[in-house]
Amino acid sequence: MLVIACLKQVPDTTQVQIDPVTNTLVRDGIPFIVNPYDTHALEETLRLKDSHGLKSVALSMGPPNAEATLRKALALGVDRSILLSDRAFGGADTLSTSNVLAAAIRKLGESEEVGLVFCGKQTIDGDTAQVGPGIAVRLGYSQLTLVDRIEKLDLDAKTVTVRRKLEGRYEIVEARLPAMITVVRELNRPRYPTVPMRLASAKAEVESWSNEQLQLDVNSVGLKGSPTWVSRIFSPERQEGEIIGDGLNDPIAAARLLLDRLVQGDMLSV
Amino acid sequence: MEHIFFSVLLSLSMAAFAFSCYRRLVLVAIGKHEYRFDQPLARFKEMLVYALGQKRVMSRPFGLNHVVIFWAFLVLAVANLEFLVSGILPGLSFALLPEPLHDALAFLFDICSLAVLIAVAVAAVRRSINPPFPGARTCEAYFILSMIALLMLAFFGMNGALIASGVRTASPFTPVSGIFASLLSSCLAADQLNLAVSVFWWIHAVVLLGFMNYLPYSKHMHILTAIPNVFLRTMGKSNTQPREEFSEGNIFGAATVDQLTWKDLLDSFSCTECGRCHDSCPAAATGKALNPREVLHAIKENLLQNGTVLEKLAGDAQAERAVSLIGEGKKGATPESALWSCTSCGACMEACPVFIEHLPKIVKMRRHLVQMEAKFPDELLNLFENMEQRSNPWGMAPSERSKWSSQLELRPFVAGETEYLLFLGCSGAFDARNKQVSVALTRVLDAAGVSYGVLGREEKCCGESVRRLGNEYLFDLMARESVAQFREKGVTKVITQCPHCYNTLKNDFRQFGLELEVLHHSELIAGFLASGELQLEGKMEELGNLVLHDSCYLGRHNDVYQPPRSVVQAVTGTAAGEMERNLDKAFCCGAGGGRMWLEEHEGTPINRARVAEALALKPDTICVSCPFCMTMFEDGVKEVPGAGVQVKDLAELVAQALPKTSK
Repeated sequence: MLVIACLKQVPDTTQVQIDPVTNTLVRDGIPFIVNPYDTHALEETLRLKDSHGLKSVALSMGPPNAEATLRKALALGVDRSILLSDRAFGGADTLSTSNVLAAAIRKLGESEEVGLVFCGKQTIDGDTAQVGPGIAVRLGYSQLTLVDRIEKLDLDAKTVTVRRKLEGRYEIVEARLPAMITVVRELNRPRYPTVPMRLASAKAEVESWSNEQLQLDVNSVGLKGSPTWVSRIFSPERQEGEIIGDGLNDPIAAARLLLDRLVQGDMLSV
Repeated sequence: MEHIFFSVLLSLSMAAFAFSCYRRLVLVAIGKHEYRFDQPLARFKEMLVYALGQKRVMSRPFGLNHVVIFWAFLVLAVANLEFLVSGILPGLSFALLPEPLHDALAFLFDICSLAVLIAVAVAAVRRSINPPFPGARTCEAYFILSMIALLMLAFFGMNGALIASGVRTASPFTPVSGIFASLLSSCLAADQLNLAVSVFWWIHAVVLLGFMNYLPYSKHMHILTAIPNVFLRTMGKSNTQPREEFSEGNIFGAATVDQLTWKDLLDSFSCTECGRCHDSCPAAATGKALNPREVLHAIKENLLQNGTVLEKLAGDAQAERAVSLIGEGKKGATPESALWSCTSCGACMEACPVFIEHLPKIVKMRRHLVQMEAKFPDELLNLFENMEQRSNPWGMAPSERSKWSSQLELRPFVAGETEYLLFLGCSGAFDARNKQVSVALTRVLDAAGVSYGVLGREEKCCGESVRRLGNEYLFDLMARESVAQFREKGVTKVITQCPHCYNTLKNDFRQFGLELEVLHHSELIAGFLASGELQLEGKMEELGNLVLHDSCYLGRHNDVYQPPRSVVQAVTGTAAGEMERNLDKAFCCGAGGGRMWLEEHEGTPINRARVAEALALKPDTICVSCPFCMTMFEDGVKEVPGAGVQVKDLAELVAQALPKTSK
């Protein structure tokens, strides 16, 4: 039985800046990381591999450089890493992304039964939290979101019981397999790759599937299959502050000045 | 007849002893290759100073006692050689020598034997009332002392009986034997005295040969290994760690004895269990699981238990049969928690009279845990990820690195235009308190007219913590990147404010082929003050009573002790207040070895112990010269209500003392 982790390679958002002229993300020289929530999805597939002997697969749709993310998954111990990359997939929104991922999972299911698909609850660049549910709907899988604990996985009965972390409460839910689970960070503590695994992963194969393998209608993927698009990205305007005093040479006077201003502006509750 | 019997006994003893030594050597040879024979002349000199000269042994109380035993033993080795030779060939003895020479030797042997007897008695009393470390009152230790005492008593008994029986004439050159002679003649009849000669002779012979054969199986093995161990020491300072080759199929770090080097294994046979490493260890002193002596002892136990099996196996079979050096509550293994509590301060290595290197072994075992098993304290996962992805311990955006200096208009480093690279380090760039030190340092450098530039947001973490934490793979990546960057930019001279960066750039990067002239700010400032290039205004009385704390990576690891002191002297007009444990015996702040990024769950915090030591001197100012020490002291002082102490970096003292006109 397969257990699949969907991963996204995202720009390290703490390092992303927005070009004030073009209002687009400045991606030059910005390192890419694995979407932090997805690392927990990946860890859970590895744990199920260790505990239940399931076969783990890492799946990612992205440009060719997303291979780095999948290689990292191999270093952590997944059995297969598959990159879904095609020019036709470019510019995708959440709908067409879930179309491609669902098609790949369906294709994997042709040769071996799929038990569980794990996704991070959302990505840190798009923050939509739609791709996981989109996959579940398109594949007709049970949909379990915001999971912070796998209570029980019964492979004979083909059920999974999870705990969902909701606002102010928990919900214990049982669902039939196959199921799609989106995870929160409390689910587990991701592992760190050992050096022998890292070295081996450098040579291991990251499979690459294009639309030739998936055979999707080109109008349902990429930009063409995306009913939503980003019209503008911008940083919220912030009023420029003012430097008061000479903190470098007279920090005490500068601090006094600041305190006076805060008191004057009634910004301190005394 | 007797001497034929003795000849046989001696031959058998010698053969057994040689075989035991050979067995030990074979065990040591299980270790991995390491070259320790460069600079033979310098090594020989070190051996004279530290092994024969007993320089480190004497640096502690009771050291002199050991020196007496050691030197007397060397002299008595000559006497014992004569004893063995004349045992086989009775005619061949020092009696054949000219009388003055013979008398001189007899006197020397008599006095040395007495000296050993007294020293052994002192050692026994000391061990009983004030043992070198808890648990030092072992049967083995007392047995060894008794054997030595018995040897001396037999020597006097034999000589006394010879004089009393008239075989040898009484001589003023053998006063102690003379006393034994009168004692024996007063309690034994004349015909019994001949028998007494024989009895004492045989006691001496049996104890001597027995003791010799006992050596290889005891902690007293050190009398054979200590001198070579000093010869084979790391020349210079053991302030860096060996590199590893990251190719597939290699094993990283050490979890079994065969993954250590032969020198690591020889170290384990050289330990006398004097306990000085344990005494000086900050982790041990504050109730952590680490005991540097036991780390060595565990390696020896492990080697003795598994070595004989391992030595016969090769390759995979060896790896399968080897018993781990790391583990809880097992003989011959060190617990993981002990390995993680090391601050890499190097106090153990500085204290060891025979130059055992504890730290590299601890780091090798950490390397195994991190690199082969991905097993480490939880806090380190974020640290490793942050270091790998953002090249700083806190995971701050690299673009934020130059933010601290946004008001300062610092020049970027350009080879040819700026002389020095000012390498701020992660603390100097990101940590709120240490950013103030960075500002102060740039003011001082400007006042001295230093030509320097910075890397700004391009600066990367030096990787010191990850290396000491055993993540050599990551350090290797980081060091290669930094070295390439320094080469590309043509950096040759560097100023650091962090002793950890200092050590890495100066010593670790050399292993990556980059030779830099690295100066810690204390060295640079001390130089400017001495040459008059930096002028200070008056003496800073407001600093009050100032106590100086030595940074381990500046002092112990790099021998930079004086510059901070001369800077303090120049700023305050008086010598810095010194804590009891200072200079090479300084007590760590607790942040080294990557401990900066780990919680201190066991025992009491190390920084609290060090702060208490400083506060005992009632200071107004505690002066540090390391950003990690700064954090540890600031935190420690906050925990003492009403301490009323300010913690200042050396650069801040100097910046405060600059003439007001200079900026």
